Amino acid sequence: MSNEQPVLELEGLSVTLPAGADRPYAVEDVSFAVRKQEILCVVGESGSGKSVTAHTVMGLLPRKQLTPVRGAIRLLGENLLEKTPQQLRDLRGARMSMIFQEPMTALNPVHRAGDQIEEVLRIHTDLSEKQRLARVLEVMDAVRLPDPQKMRHSYPHQLSGGQRQRIMIAAALALEPALLIADEPTTALDVTTQAQILKLIKDIQREHDTGVLFITHDFGVVADIADRVVVMQTGKVVEEGPTERLLKSPQHAYTRMLISAVPSLTPRHREEPARSQVVLSTRNLNKIYGGGGFFQKAREVHAAKDVTLDIRRGETLGIVGESGSGKSTVARCIVRLIDPSGGQIFIDDDDIALLPTRLLRRHRRRVQIVFQDPYRSLNPRLTIGKSLVEGPMNFGLSRKAAWERARDLMNLVGLDPKAVDRFPHQFSGGQRQRICIARALAMEPEVLVADEAVSALDVSVQAQVLELLDEVRAKFDLAMLFITHDLRVAAQVCDSVAVMHRGVVVEYGRTAALFADPQHAYTKSLFEAAPGRDWAFGEFEELSAAQAGAT
Amino acid sequence: MTLSVERDSFAGSFRANVAALRRQAFQRYPTIGIGGSLLILMIFVAVFAPVVATDDPIALNPIERLQPPGTDHWFGTDMFGRDLYSRTVYGTRISLIVGLSAAGLSVLFGLIIGLIAGYIRLLDAILMRVMDGLMAIPGILLAIALVSLSGASLVTVTIAITIPEIPRVVRLVRAIVLSVREEPYVEAAVSMGTPLPKILLRHVLPNTVPPLIVQATYVCASAMLLEALLSFVGAGTPPEVPSWGNIMAEGRAFFQITPWIIFFPGIALAVTVLAVNILGDGLRDTLDPRIAKKM
Repeated sequence: MSNEQPVLELEGLSVTLPAGADRPYAVEDVSFAVRKQEILCVVGESGSGKSVTAHTVMGLLPRKQLTPVRGAIRLLGENLLEKTPQQLRDLRGARMSMIFQEPMTALNPVHRAGDQIEEVLRIHTDLSEKQRLARVLEVMDAVRLPDPQKMRHSYPHQLSGGQRQRIMIAAALALEPALLIADEPTTALDVTTQAQILKLIKDIQREHDTGVLFITHDFGVVADIADRVVVMQTGKVVEEGPTERLLKSPQHAYTRMLISAVPSLTPRHREEPARSQVVLSTRNLNKIYGGGGFFQKAREVHAAKDVTLDIRRGETLGIVGESGSGKSTVARCIVRLIDPSGGQIFIDDDDIALLPTRLLRRHRRRVQIVFQDPYRSLNPRLTIGKSLVEGPMNFGLSRKAAWERARDLMNLVGLDPKAVDRFPHQFSGGQRQRICIARALAMEPEVLVADEAVSALDVSVQAQVLELLDEVRAKFDLAMLFITHDLRVAAQVCDSVAVMHRGVVVEYGRTAALFADPQHAYTKSLFEAAPGRDWAFGEFEELSAAQAGAT
Repeated sequence: MTLSVERDSFAGSFRANVAALRRQAFQRYPTIGIGGSLLILMIFVAVFAPVVATDDPIALNPIERLQPPGTDHWFGTDMFGRDLYSRTVYGTRISLIVGLSAAGLSVLFGLIIGLIAGYIRLLDAILMRVMDGLMAIPGILLAIALVSLSGASLVTVTIAITIPEIPRVVRLVRAIVLSVREEPYVEAAVSMGTPLPKILLRHVLPNTVPPLIVQATYVCASAMLLEALLSFVGAGTPPEVPSWGNIMAEGRAFFQITPWIIFFPGIALAVTVLAVNILGDGLRDTLDPRIAKKM
C-alpha cells in the first residue's frame, strides 16, 4: 500500500513571511505525505506554521503577505503551486476540502444549512436540483445528523456547535474529495462533542478512503485519531513517525518536551492537608439570567443552581464542566463581577453575595481573578507598571510603595522588573498571563480565582504558568478557585474538584477519589470523552495497549 | 523619579505616534494631506480675515453696486455695493466657528452622556429615550423655534445645530462603552476596586477617542451646511452678519442677472465642507480600519 501514489505530497515547501517578521519563513523546507486511507496529524504550538501549511495546500494564503517560494505540493501527482487560481478553485471542494476551527464563523449565518452543502454541488457538478437534494440528504445522513429532511432548513444559529461542525464536514465531503484538511476542527468544541466529531472523522475516512490532514495542538487528540504524526516547530518539521512509536519513544528533544508537558489524567499525589480554615464558601448560590425584560418577559436561564462550595486556605478547588455548565458564572459571582440572584458568599465571616457596591469596595481586595484571554486582560494603552500599581493605589498605597511592589512582583512571576515600562503588546501570551497573576497578587488577596487561566496557552507555556500558580498558592497560602474545562489540568492542580453540569454541582469531592471512581453519569461521560485517556503522556509507555491498538 | 520616567516614556511614545501618523498620512493616506491642507488654509483665512480681505465687508457703496468680478472687486459686489470677496472671506469665520463649535460641543456632551448611559444601566433606559426624543426633532424646526424665542444670533444657531447632533454621538459612545466594559481588563479594574469615574476615564474613554474624532468631522461638515441653510431661509445668523448663507440669501433676488453673488460663497462652502469630509474619511481609514470597512 505504501507504494501507491500518496494523496498529498509536500516536497521541500517554503513559505516566506513579510519583511519585518521574527523569522524569514513561515514554513521552511517542509516535506511529508498523506497516504490514502490515512490520518496524518500535524502537531505544533502556536506559530509553528502548521496552519500556514494547511492553508498553502488549499491555496488560501493571504495574498502578498505569505508566498510559497520553493518546493512542490502534489495532490494526486499534480503540483498545486503551478495551477492558476481558476484551476485551484475547481480542485477545492472537488478533490480537496477543508474544515475549520470555528464552525459558527465558517458557516454563513444568513443561509440555511442544507443550502450551504448544496452550494458545493451547484458550483462543481451538473446535477439536477433533485439529484442535488438527494445528495445533500445523503451526506447529512453520513455525518450522523438527526432528521436531515428537517435540519437542512435550519440556520446555523439554530444548531449546536457539534451540529454545525457536522454540517461543515458534510459540505466538505459532498464531492467525495480525496483529501480532507481539518484545521483544529474540535478545538472550539466541548470534550463530549469533540469525542463524537473525532469518531465521525475517523469513520468517514475509513468508509470513503479519504486521506486526512489533521492539524492540532492536542496530543490527546493525536493519540485518539492519528495514524502518523508530523511534529512542527517554528516552521520546520522536527519529527515524523507512526503515532504509537512517536508517542512512546520520541526522538527529538522538542517532541519529548511537548509530550511531557501534557498534564496527566492521573491526579498528582497531594498530602491530605490538616483541615485548614475555610476562607471562602458559598451557600446555595443562585444566578438567574434574563427574566425582567422591559416590555416582554425574557427567557430565564438558571446558570447556577444552589451551588455550595468551600475553599480552604492553601487549597485549590477546581470547578470542571463544559461550556454553559455555569462554572464561569460561579467564578464571576464570587468575584462579584455579576450579582448573584440569591444565596450567600462568605469570605471568612463576611457575606458579600448581596452587598451593595458601596459596601463591597473594601472587600474587593480580598478576591482577585485571572482571566482566560491574556490578550484582552491588560489595557493595551497602559504600561505594565501602571496596570500593576492601579489596584494597590486604589487602596491607599503610596505611589512609591506601589511601584516598588510592582517590581518585586515582576521578579516573583519570573519577569524582568525593568520591563514595567513596556506595553502589553511587547509580551507573549504566557508572559502576559504572568503579569495578570502579578496584578492579582499586588492586591494581597486571600482568594485567587483562575478562570480558564491557562486554556489559551500552548502546552509548554501552560505547564509553566500552572507551576507558577501552584508556587504562589503555596507561598502566600492562598485559597485558589480554578475554573477549567480540562480534566488533565484539574488533575494536576486541584485538591478538590466540583463537576458542574447545567448550573448544578453534580459531583464534589477530593480530586484523587473523584478521578479514581467517578460516581455521577455525567462525570463518567466526561472521563470517557477525554482525548487520549489511555495514554500516559511523558512516561513514554502505554497504559492500555489493547485499546490503543484497536484504534 | 518614576514619575518622570513615566512621563518621558509617554511623551516619547506620543511623539513617535504623531510622527508615524504624519508619515502614514501623506504616504498611505493622501486624503488626510489634501483635506487637512485645505482646512488649514480655510482656518488661516478666517483668523487673518482683516489682512486677507481687501475691503470692509459691511461698508455700503451704492455707486459700485452689482459690479461683475474684476480687478477692483475680485468677486464683484452685491446690490449694496459691498465687496463680495471680503464678505466671503469674513464668512469663513462664521462657518468655521459654527462648524467647529457644533462639533466640539456635541462631542463633549455626547461623550459625557454616552459614558454614563453605557456604564450605568439604570440611567441608560431613561437617557436613551430622551435621546430618541431629541433625534425626532427636525434641526430646522428647532432652529426656527429658538430664533423666534431668543432672537437670531450665532449662539442660538450653534445651539440649534448642536442639539440634534448630540444623540448621534451618544449612540456611538454608548455602543463603544458597552463593548469595552465587557473587556477583561475593565473587569480586572472592577475587581481591583477602581472607582467608577476612574474606570471610565482610564480604561473606557481612550477607546472612544479615535471614532469620536472621525464623528466630529462629520458633525462639523453637516453643521456648516446647516448653518448656511438656516441663514439662507432666514432662521440663522442675523442678516447684518456676512455669513455664506446670508450672502447667498441676499443674492437670490438678483440670481438671474448677477449669479456671482451666489456662486462665490457657494463655492467656498462646498470646498470647506469637502475638505472636512475628505479629512474625516482619511482619519477614519487611519484611526479605525475596522469601522472604515463597515461604512
